[in-house]
Amino acid sequence: MKKVFVVSVLLLASLVMVTAAVAQKAVTLKIGINAEITGDIPKVGEATKFAAQMWLEDVNKAGGIEVGGKKYKVELAIEDNESKAESAAKAATKLITVDDVIAIVGPQASKQAVPAGEVCNNYKTPMITGWSTNPNTTKDRPYVFRACFLDDFQGPALSIFAKGEYKFTKAAVLYDVASDYPKGLAEFFKKDWEKKNGPGSVVAYESFTTKDTDFSSQLTKIINSGAEFLFTPQYYNEVPLIVQQAKQLGWKKPILGSDSWASDELVKLCGKDCNGFFFVSHYASAGAKGATKEFIDRYKSKFGYVPDDVAALTWDAIGLIGQAIKNAGTITGDVKKDREAVRKALANTKNFPGITGTISFPPGSGDPIKCANIVKINDKGEFEFYKTACP
Amino acid sequence: MTVFLQNLINALQWGSFYAVIAIGYSMVYSILMLFNFAHGDIFMTGSYIGFGVATGLMALSAAGVIALPNWLILVLTLLISMVLTSFLGMFIERVGYRPLRDAPRASAAITGLMIGIILETGNLILLGAQRIKFPALVEPVTYDLGGVFVTNQKVLIVVVSLSLAMALHQFIRRTRWGMAMRAMAFDYVVVPLMGVPINKIAAMTFALGSGLAAAAGILFGVAYPVLDPYMGIVFGWKAFVAAILGGRGSILGATLAGFILGFIEIFVAMVFPSTLRDFIAYSIILLILVFRPYGLFGEPYSVRLRL
Repeated sequence: MKKVFVVSVLLLASLVMVTAAVAQKAVTLKIGINAEITGDIPKVGEATKFAAQMWLEDVNKAGGIEVGGKKYKVELAIEDNESKAESAAKAATKLITVDDVIAIVGPQASKQAVPAGEVCNNYKTPMITGWSTNPNTTKDRPYVFRACFLDDFQGPALSIFAKGEYKFTKAAVLYDVASDYPKGLAEFFKKDWEKKNGPGSVVAYESFTTKDTDFSSQLTKIINSGAEFLFTPQYYNEVPLIVQQAKQLGWKKPILGSDSWASDELVKLCGKDCNGFFFVSHYASAGAKGATKEFIDRYKSKFGYVPDDVAALTWDAIGLIGQAIKNAGTITGDVKKDREAVRKALANTKNFPGITGTISFPPGSGDPIKCANIVKINDKGEFEFYKTACP
Repeated sequence: MTVFLQNLINALQWGSFYAVIAIGYSMVYSILMLFNFAHGDIFMTGSYIGFGVATGLMALSAAGVIALPNWLILVLTLLISMVLTSFLGMFIERVGYRPLRDAPRASAAITGLMIGIILETGNLILLGAQRIKFPALVEPVTYDLGGVFVTNQKVLIVVVSLSLAMALHQFIRRTRWGMAMRAMAFDYVVVPLMGVPINKIAAMTFALGSGLAAAAGILFGVAYPVLDPYMGIVFGWKAFVAAILGGRGSILGATLAGFILGFIEIFVAMVFPSTLRDFIAYSIILLILVFRPYGLFGEPYSVRLRL
C-alpha cells in the first residue's frame, strides 16, 4: 500500500511540474544538448558543446530564430551523459520533462544514441544525432534523425566516384570476413557496383580473417584478375600492410577505402605508401572550401584547434533543428504541439546546405540522403577534401 | 604460370616465419617434453625488442654518435635482439618451467599459456594498445622478373631463415652440446642419470629457441611493419602445428613443415575462395596427421607424449 502511495505521489508531482511548465509561456526556445562531456570520449562531448555554442552565438546575434514573422531567442540546455547508455537515457528524460526543450541534439556515440533515441521517441520529442551510424538509432523512430550517412551508404558513394572519376568498370574487393563493418561494406559495395556495371564486374572478391598479416595470395589473385582498382574497407592497422604488399607485388592502380581509414595512425603506419589514395569520409578539414572552410577557421580561432567530424556534424545537426524551427510555421508556446511541428518540418527537410554535405530526409526516414566527401591522402600525408560523390 | 610462380615466392616468405618459429617449439618439445605455449609471445616480444634496439641504433646514428648504414643496423639489431630474447627465454625457463619440471605435464602446459598472457598484457601496459611501426631498415626494392615480383626483403627473409635453420641443425649434429640435446630427446629420464646437466641443457634449449623467435620477429617486422601485442597468438598456434607436423626431434622436419604450412595456406587461397583458406588448409593438415601420427619426419620409436 505504502509503495502505491509513494508512486502516486511521485506521479502527481511530475504531473504538476509538467502542467506548470506548460502554463509558463515559452518566450525563449530551448534546445537540449545531450553530450558525452565526461567518460570515455570527452573530446566528442567537447566538440559537440563548442559547435552548439558557436551556433547559438550566431543565432542570438541575429536576434533569434524567426518563426511566423516573430523572433524567438534561443537557449541551450546542456546535459552530460557521461558516455554511458543509462545516463544518456536519463539526460534525455531530464531535458524533455524538466527543461522542456523543443528538440535535442545528441548523443553522438551509438551506445548512447540508441537508448536516448528510445526515450525521445516515447516522449515525442525530436532528436538528432550528429555522429551515430548505428541503424537502430533511427529505426522505426519517427522522432529520431541523424546528420551523418549510414555505413552502407559508402558503397554507392565509392562506386559513383570510381565510375565518374576514372570510368572504371572492373573492381576488386579485399575485406575481413570476420569483422562486421568491413564485411557489411564489402557486400554493399559489391551489390551496388554489380547493379551499375553488370554481374561479374567485381572481378575479385577476396577476404581474410582478423589478425592476418599476409595478404600475398589474395593480392596476387586480385592483381591477375584484371581489376582496375581495389576497394578495401579495412582499419588503419591493416590498410598499411595491404597497400605495401600490393605495391611490392606490382600493383600500380588506385586503392579506395572507407571512413575507417580516417585516422592519423594510418599515415604514421603507412608512411608514403598510402599517399595518392582515396577514401569516403563525413568531412575533411584540409582543402575545405566555402562554408565548411569558414566554419573551420572560426572554430579554430575560437577554441584553438581544427574541428573534427563530430564538431562539423553537430554544426549541421543543430543547423537542421534551427531550420526546422523556422519552418514550423508558428510557435504556440505549448511545447508538445511545437515539438510536433518541429518534427514535421525536420522530416520535410530538403537540400539543407550543411557543411558536411547537402542534406535531405527521405519520406518516413531519419537517415539523410546526402553527398559523401571523397578524401585524398595528399603528398604530405594529409587528408585533403577532393570532391563530393552524390548517389 | 606467373600466378603460380608469384605464389611460390609468396609461400617461401610466409613459410619462412612458420619454419623459424616452429624450430623453437620443436626443440623444447623434443628435448624437454613440454609444450612451450608462450613461444608465440616470445616471438612477439622479440619483435618488440628488435623495434627498441633498431630505434635506439637509428637514433644514435642520426645523432652522429656513430654513423651506421642501415644494413649494419639490421645485422646489429638481429644479433643484439637475439641475445636479449635468449636471456628472456632462459629467464622464463628458470622461473616458469624448472620449478614445475616434475609436476604433471598439464601444469607445465598451462604455465606456458600464463606466461604468454603475462607477456602480452605486460607489453600492453608498457607501450599501450596503439600499433607500432617497425623502422624501415630495408627499403623495399621490387624486381620485376617477367610478371613475377620479388623484393629484396623477400630474398633476405628466406636466406636468413634458411641459414639460421641450417646453422642450428649443424650445431645439434656436430657439437657436444648438440649431442647432449639429442640424447635428452632420445630418453628424458635416463640421460640425466648419465651425468648430462639437465638444467644447462634446458636453459640452452630455451635460449636457442627464443633467439630464433627473435630473429623471426625482426624479419616479420621488416616484411609486415605493423606490430601489436597480440600478433604472436595465432602465429604461435600455427607454428606449433608445423612443429608437430614436422615430427618430434627433427629440426629439419620442423623447418620443412613450416614451409609446407606456408605453401598450403597460400595455394589453398590461390585455388579456392580465400574465405575458405584456413578451413581447407587445416583440414588438409589434419588429414596428414591422421595418416602420419608421428609427423612427417618423426621417428616412430620416439617416446610418446606424456600429456
